[in-house]
Amino acid sequence: MKAYLTRRYRFSASHRLHCDAMSAAENAMVYGKCNNPYGHGHNYILEVTVSGSVDGATGMVCNLADLDGFVEQEILERFDHQNLNTLPEFQEAVPTTENLCIAAYRILEHGFRHAHLEKVRFEETMMNSFEYAGGAELRR
Amino acid sequence: MVYLTRKAEFSAAHYYHNPEFSAEENRRLFGKCNNPNGHGHNYTLEVTVKGSIDPRSGFVVDLKQLKGVLQREVLDAMDHHFLNKEVPEFFTRVPTTENLAIAIWQRLAPKLTEAQLHRVRVYETPDLFVDFYGEP
Repeated sequence: MKAYLTRRYRFSASHRLHCDAMSAAENAMVYGKCNNPYGHGHNYILEVTVSGSVDGATGMVCNLADLDGFVEQEILERFDHQNLNTLPEFQEAVPTTENLCIAAYRILEHGFRHAHLEKVRFEETMMNSFEYAGGAELRR
Repeated sequence: MVYLTRKAEFSAAHYYHNPEFSAEENRRLFGKCNNPNGHGHNYTLEVTVKGSIDPRSGFVVDLKQLKGVLQREVLDAMDHHFLNKEVPEFFTRVPTTENLAIAIWQRLAPKLTEAQLHRVRVYETPDLFVDFYGEP
């Protein structure tokens, strides 16, 4: 039977929202306080949802140790306590939480082989969250 | 179609072990969760039902009925119990959060007559939950 497993992770990082293709005035207007050249930071919460058949012998969609190990090594170690603007993922893309969703989704999609990736969800603050399912509609 | 979600909390003990695996394999696969003396969690259960609104009552489902079914089928059977030893589904299946969500679905689905069961979500901790939609 098919089940969906969701795991929450936390990391803290700084960023600055700025688009080189826009004028200084335009950047200030679009990004507001987030355009501060010195940057600012957030405590991000990352939720990863994977799905698959529940294995008859283990009772698992996938072993949590495999998911935790992958996310720790490929996402948390690379993103936690970093300035997102310095990472390869954000050399061309502005490190909005939308783009952070896409970056995390791609890392999982390309590297995690133990279950099917359904979606990633980010909370940038307690007041806003973002979800990405590889372009697919979200399951209710 | 309107969706209604009811939460419930229960606390239970469990451990992960498959008698078909060697002791070493059980330890490797299940790690700390393999301790035969068990450990426990405060589980949070979210049950979502769906249906059309009854024009007279304005309800999708009579919440009293839903609460009663949750109490009898899940909380009375699982709250402050050792899942492996006291809940029949887990005499032969490992009581993972995945299997718990499936077992709760199978207990609730036949008892919910007014509205249709849509999703069972079981939080093992605030950072880990499983959703089951009755999919084969």
